Amino acid sequence: MDELFTTATIVGILSSAVRLATPYLYAAIGETLAQRSGVLNLGVDGIMLMGAFSAFYVVYNTENLLTGLLAAAGVGLLMGLLMAVASVTMKAEQGISGIGLYLFGLGLSSLLFRIMLGTVESVDGFPRLNIPLLSDIPLLGEIFFNHSILVYGAFLLVPLTAFLLNRTTWGLNIRAVGNNPQAADALGVNVQAIRYATVCAGGMLAGIGGAALSISALNIFQENLTNGLGFIAVALVYFGGWRPVGVLLGVLLFSFVNSLQLWLQVIGIDIPSDIAVMLPYILTIIVVSIPFRRGSEPAALTRPFSRGA
Amino acid sequence: MGGFGSVSGITQTLAKATPLLLVGLGIAIAFRASMINIGGEGQIMAGAMASTMCALALRDLPGIVLLPLSALAGTLAGGFWAFIPGILKARLGANEILTTVMMNGIALQLTNFLLRGPMLDPAQIAAGTNIPQSEALPMHVWLPRLVPRTLFHAGFIVAIVLAVGVYILLWHTTLGYRIRAVGQNRFASRYAGIPVPQYMTLSMTLSGCFCGLAGAFEIMGVHRRVVEGFSGGYGFSGIVVALFGYLHPLGIIPASVLFGGLLVGADRMQRAVQVPSSLIIALNGLIVLFVVSSRVWVEYRNNRRAAQQASQDTNDDTAAPLPTRPTPEQERA
Repeated sequence: MDELFTTATIVGILSSAVRLATPYLYAAIGETLAQRSGVLNLGVDGIMLMGAFSAFYVVYNTENLLTGLLAAAGVGLLMGLLMAVASVTMKAEQGISGIGLYLFGLGLSSLLFRIMLGTVESVDGFPRLNIPLLSDIPLLGEIFFNHSILVYGAFLLVPLTAFLLNRTTWGLNIRAVGNNPQAADALGVNVQAIRYATVCAGGMLAGIGGAALSISALNIFQENLTNGLGFIAVALVYFGGWRPVGVLLGVLLFSFVNSLQLWLQVIGIDIPSDIAVMLPYILTIIVVSIPFRRGSEPAALTRPFSRGA
Repeated sequence: MGGFGSVSGITQTLAKATPLLLVGLGIAIAFRASMINIGGEGQIMAGAMASTMCALALRDLPGIVLLPLSALAGTLAGGFWAFIPGILKARLGANEILTTVMMNGIALQLTNFLLRGPMLDPAQIAAGTNIPQSEALPMHVWLPRLVPRTLFHAGFIVAIVLAVGVYILLWHTTLGYRIRAVGQNRFASRYAGIPVPQYMTLSMTLSGCFCGLAGAFEIMGVHRRVVEGFSGGYGFSGIVVALFGYLHPLGIIPASVLFGGLLVGADRMQRAVQVPSSLIIALNGLIVLFVVSSRVWVEYRNNRRAAQQASQDTNDDTAAPLPTRPTPEQERA
């Protein structure tokens, strides 16, 4: 037990918490955008799987990391577009169309994996990028400034999204569409276009989140690589009260517990690993059951918009 | 050649249709109450584990007692696994889609843990191979096979009877009427004096009972012991079946046979021409997307028909695949 309280271990836990937060952060911030405009996209996990596969496949064949990342973003965008067509234009029940999208992504990524790769391979992912000066700060440097570029990107995304939502006309329109689409429509805001944009952007970010797993954090691809990570990301949006900073706090809390759980196993504290892996799921159930921020839920969440309805 | 062309194909199809039918019925009950149950997979596992534990622990009882008792244990365990998300939704407003997905994860990890530790087959330990599977069920809890040397077991008949039962429950009892009323409009239901939270929890629990029974039957009728990955994604395919059957028991029966055939065809395709069976998962996803997207056309058609028939009552609730969900404001109220 003493081993847990050494500086090296604590730095290790916190550093890997920051790294583990990355895929959640991309997915959850993207989902925040979609939900603020009134669309609940439950297919995030499927989009992440497709993003993870495309990024991995491109990098495996071309060894070009940037192309891989772009592929993931593009595939994610297309998956988001599919969701938008179903939920915005076709007005499908969002909870269920999201599950459809999830199954589609899960099945297709497994299918492509079996046909195009066949076995679990590994690639050289994004290297660690020490930020000059900052990474030399004792302890903090190792925790925060000793990661791949995708990790920094994820954390930059939080203030950017907060700025977009709260300080720009676009953000105002997104929030208006999510709270009162009728009023927004009457004022000349194109409700459907805004929703298409946020769902596609959310899909793109989820795709990048998948790439953050397959070509940055784990550097492998296997069937169902995400293992429900996308659903947890959706739950964290609820927990974060639909605010980017709140989402960030939720993600950090979550990845801290996750990282602690991994380190406990590494150190050899005797918890059966199957039981320890349950921890995030139980935590998620508790998180979505806390009613304290329910008031900030976008009023039109999950409600398709049609004029004159 | 596929799932319908030969006797062996048809029996395999019906064997796969059995869990699909049970899960589909369960999902339909929950969806009718506007409770979205994505946790079929976890409820199947809970049911399978509980019925196996019951059958192994009480193996000295005669089959006529033990068989129904084990099935009941599975049913109750599945119900319990759905009760948790149900009551969290009804009392605290926790999004049931997310909680049921998480309950799937917990059930999977719990199953893995039990199969590697407490429930690991003593024969595996003795042989030192440690393949994660439970001890085989005693023969007197095996469900009888309807056609010898196939996987087609008596559970199918039970499932058909239950389908009729669900039809009667939903459309010819007060309980079913209230479940549907809660699904259509929680607001109005409350003013009509229906205790809405109880009915939300109840519909979810009932839904889980069906999935739990499906899990118990999979073990007692097909595998005869718990093996890894036995649930075969039925929890998700069952949603597709329920939607494809328009959330109506009489639609779900043919839908389950159709999708059973699809699964058998996919297995054979994988063996014959190496097309991975994950194709079916992707296809299921697309079917879900198309079915829920088609609702706008159904409504359009209904609206036109309603307009043509002037002010006639067109309360044809089997035509709408899904009741509308209440707004967040209404949920908070």
